[in-house]
Order: sequence, then structure tokens, then C-alpha cells
Amino acid sequence: MDHPEETHLLQQIQANEPGAFDRFVTLFEDRIYRFGVRMCGQREDARDVLQDTLIQAYVSLKDLRHPEALRSWVYRVAANACLMMRRKGKFEPQREVSLEDLMPRGSDGPRAEIPDPASLPDEELARSELRQAVRAAVEQLPVQYRVVLVLRDMEHLPTAEVAQALDLPESTIKMRLHRARLMVRQSLEATFSGEASAGRRPQ
Amino acid sequence: MTPPHESGSRECRELFGRLSEYLDGELDPSLCDETEQHLGECAPCQEFLESLRRTVALLTRLPGEPLPEEMRAAMRQALRRLQEERGLK
Repeated sequence: MDHPEETHLLQQIQANEPGAFDRFVTLFEDRIYRFGVRMCGQREDARDVLQDTLIQAYVSLKDLRHPEALRSWVYRVAANACLMMRRKGKFEPQREVSLEDLMPRGSDGPRAEIPDPASLPDEELARSELRQAVRAAVEQLPVQYRVVLVLRDMEHLPTAEVAQALDLPESTIKMRLHRARLMVRQSLEATFSGEASAGRRPQ
Repeated sequence: MTPPHESGSRECRELFGRLSEYLDGELDPSLCDETEQHLGECAPCQEFLESLRRTVALLTRLPGEPLPEEMRAAMRQALRRLQEERGLK
């Protein structure tokens, strides 16, 4: 959680140094937008998330009391902007998904193979069907699971920083991350088992 | 209750709940040893762990959407206007 350059940058913003806020924008605009697309699924929504987050930063960063927490503060504001966006859309219940529901069913034949990215070149990994399958699986997650999975596995924040950004205990982050991964796994397995049976040819 | 798989046991169910922590290297050493011992003896759990590992690897490696340049330019222009209005640097 130690990002000395970011801490220094925040101190410069708070001292009203010329160009400091522009450097903040350069440092964070790409990741806020990427996070917005991953969370909201739509470029227009991600643009609004980016705009709301940068304006909020411009207004509030001068008063941020813990300069070492700049990154988690940025993600907290961006995550809240995404949640506000979702409230305009369909209602999603805030219940926890049961672990029992995510356990694999009894072995009824061979399982579908989820591709191993270690054996795939980047071009293959970026191919649209595979990207689309993972994106769809992430988008289907209830929002309280999606935000944890996106921050941990896709934005690569450590557990403690995600806990700080979402103001939740680390134990809740770990629990939701595990369930989110299990849901994505289940969804990918269903996708690839569909692909496998669609691609099966008579001998 | 449906067992996790045909050879599903209480151990399999307990392990199922902590596979992410195992993959992330966040398990207590004693639980880690217990997990590895069970995995060494239980092929369905091993297979499940491998599918979860691949899922996490896909999520981790998948590239994000880049910020379109015209959006970047428009955003910066809007911020510049805001800075001018507020008279701050």
C-alpha cells in the first residue's frame, strides 16, 4: 500500500503547485476509464464515471487527510460513481450468494475445459470470443461481487487496498472475491461446454 | 445437500471454501499444508482447483479497454475550463 510517488503528488496538489492536478489526471485517467468499462460494461457510462471521479478529485483532493491512501480514495470515488450509475438501471438485490450454490454438481461426464492462458499467446488471449466470454461472465456478477473481483483480479489491488477503497473488512473482501471467481468459473465452464458441444463433429 | 463431487467429503467442502486464499498464498501455513495434503489425494478437487486457477489467470491477463484519444482530449479540455472557472492551478 506504499506508493510514495502518489503520496508526493497529493502533497503537491494540496500545496497548489502548478501542474500537479494535471499530473494526477495523467496518472489516473486510463485506469479509471478501464475500471469504469469493466464495472459498467458501457463506454458512455465509463466516460461519466471518469468525469465524475476527476471532478470529485479536483474538488476534494485538497482536503484528503491520508495522503498515503490516494489510490484507494480514487477507486472508492470511481466505485461509488459506478454504483450510482447502476441505481439508474435495474435493481440488484444485495444478498450474499451461497457457497453451496457454487459447488460443482456431481460428475456427469467430462468437464468443459477452460482455456489455460499460460499456454496462449497474447493475440489468442485477445481474440474476441474469449474476451467476450470473460467480459460477459464479469458483467453478470452482482455488483457487490463484481467490484471486488475487478479491483483485485483485474486492477491488481491488494486485499487491504480493496478493503480500504470499499470500506469493508478484509474478511468480506476475501469471501466476495472467492464467490465472484467461482461464479465466473461456472459461467466460463458453461460457455466452453456449449462451444465444445457445438463444435463436435460426427466421426 | 448435493456433495461437491462424487468422492465429495467434508474435507472437500471445507477446501472448496478456501481455494482462492490458497491460490493467492493467503492461507495460514497449517491450513495450507492440510489443503495440499487433501489435493494430493483427491483428483476431483485438483481438477476443480486447476479450473479456478485458469479462471483467475484469464481475469488477470485480459487487457482492459484503452481510453479513446478523443475522450481523453475532451475530458482534459473540460477540466481546464473547470480550473479556469475556479481560478486554481
